[in-house]
Amino acid sequence: MSSDFKELRLDNVTRRFAHADGRTMAALDGLTLTIPRGEFVALLGPSGCGKSTALNCIAGLLPLSDGAIWLDDTRLDTRPPEARGFGMVFQNYALFPHMTVRRNIAFGLKMRGVSAAEQAARVEAAVKLVQLQGHEDKLPGQLSGGQQQRVAIARAIVVEPPLVLMDEPLSNLDAKLRLEMRAEIRRIHRNLGRSTIYVTHDQDEALSLADRIVVMKDGSVRQVAPPADVYAQPADLDVARFMGYRNELAGTLHDATGVVRTGSLTFNGTSKGKLATGAPVRIALRPDDLVVGDGPNAFAATVDGIEYGGRESLVDVVTADGARLHVRTPVAVRIGESVRVSVPPTRTLIYAA
Amino acid sequence: MTPTGHAGADRTPWLVAPAALFMLLFFVYPFLYGLWLSFAPKEGGMLANYAKFFSDTRLWPTIFTTLKLALPATLINVGIALPIAYRMRIKTKRQKWITTALVVPITLGTVLVAEGMLTYFGPRGWLAQVLQFLHLYDGPIRLTHNFWGVLISLVISGFPFAFLLLLSYVTGIDPVLGRAAATLGAGPWAQFRNVYLPLLIPGIAMCFCLAFVQAYSVFPSAVLLGAPAGPTRVISIAAYEAAFEQYDYSLASAIAMMMGLVQLVIVAAVLGIRRLVYRGPVTGGKG
Repeated sequence: MSSDFKELRLDNVTRRFAHADGRTMAALDGLTLTIPRGEFVALLGPSGCGKSTALNCIAGLLPLSDGAIWLDDTRLDTRPPEARGFGMVFQNYALFPHMTVRRNIAFGLKMRGVSAAEQAARVEAAVKLVQLQGHEDKLPGQLSGGQQQRVAIARAIVVEPPLVLMDEPLSNLDAKLRLEMRAEIRRIHRNLGRSTIYVTHDQDEALSLADRIVVMKDGSVRQVAPPADVYAQPADLDVARFMGYRNELAGTLHDATGVVRTGSLTFNGTSKGKLATGAPVRIALRPDDLVVGDGPNAFAATVDGIEYGGRESLVDVVTADGARLHVRTPVAVRIGESVRVSVPPTRTLIYAA
Repeated sequence: MTPTGHAGADRTPWLVAPAALFMLLFFVYPFLYGLWLSFAPKEGGMLANYAKFFSDTRLWPTIFTTLKLALPATLINVGIALPIAYRMRIKTKRQKWITTALVVPITLGTVLVAEGMLTYFGPRGWLAQVLQFLHLYDGPIRLTHNFWGVLISLVISGFPFAFLLLLSYVTGIDPVLGRAAATLGAGPWAQFRNVYLPLLIPGIAMCFCLAFVQAYSVFPSAVLLGAPAGPTRVISIAAYEAAFEQYDYSLASAIAMMMGLVQLVIVAAVLGIRRLVYRGPVTGGKG
């Protein structure tokens, strides 16, 4: 339980639910992950992917069906939540509505039997860390959403837990506040020097906050990698779709070096995973990687729609085969205009269909 | 805004007219009539009935006889209902059955409960026979036709009411709050003590008031299961005797007014205490 831990290990953490008809379904299927001290890990995935289940299992709010949780040499999954010593920030903040900000933040310290003088000092430090000076004696109902969120964070970190769990903490805030709090959370994490597990369905949030991202779908882990890798090299088609590879073309692998025929077009690309010649494949392309103008893998297309977006516009083009592609480009085009579109082979990712 | 077009006049207040009329006809008027009646005694001045009530030793002590029954019954009902309702806050199939079983007595009339109790708790009832057969208790068992009979009856018929009311207050509290307290190191008891109980106090106070008012107006079980001539001569029996044995409606009204006054005093006291504690939303944030 000491803060001088080395690492938190999740070993095959599994949570199964029994359906009414007797079948069991794994909401979380064998999550194995080692989180060294100081790391910020984001669990990323669409709703129902098991990321919140994982967080609740770690916190002790849901019992595991299988697997174990270790903090160095201490096994934690057999303990009730109150004996694990993790801090948790809930999606709806879960502040105690009848307690002032000060008492909310002091709650964990009080439960640990910390002396009143030390409580006061540590609460003051936590209030300063989340920049809520002057609000100590207000009730949660008198605070804005962003302020409530800060109280929730302060309450979770004031006990100096080895691990802070955050369950979509920014999803109830407006866009501007979300950006501010994102920076705030990152700053607080750095100051504490402990580990954070952050659950979100927002890829921007995960990419900007995390040291490592765990992409999940249907209860299982699809990819564990630093943000840049998840962004540029998704492990499979589902991850690619989730990370914003909005364009897909079905085709056949013509050559193991990465040549794909799709309709009348041929693409030089990068194979993700072992693919045999002649296999049906899908090409995944991010709108940002497509270029309006001549270049590698160039093909002709007609502009069919334009969404203005400031420096860049999102342009829909239709190929000679009738495939619709989204292109993000600074080039000004008109609807109906014939253009050339190209994409580098390194950004043309080929996945098994 | 009036959707039908009449500029200016807002006619929505008229929607409460039927309810207001009903209240006026069936509550306000009878109450005011009773109040007026209590100040118009058969003989003597305006306050003669109240003077009689406070000087007659067959009348004024009924206030305390009834309190002696109603307060313990209310405390027992709320006191037992609270932990059970707390345990039942998470909905499962089994708990749905238990809840149903606990609520069944509310569907039985007081008289039916009294009949059952007479055969079960009576001196030759099943309870006495079983206890004596097992030699657990060999003395005489007197649980009917006395104070205890009425108290037990008040608990049986009042408990489901207190339980249902508290259950709705308990389930109204966001369960995430308990989980948040757990992650901060609070065990089950500390969660109840620090999070649930403070948020429940307004509800407990309200439940106490309603259960008390119900118990204080006890009548059938005090007659059927108690000793209506002595230890369980409650205030409603005194009013009944005045009205239907002495045909003194005016005195009966005065007794009824005293009964209402005692209930009002207790309710006002409890709600006054309630004002001192936190009353507000019982969820943990937005969304």
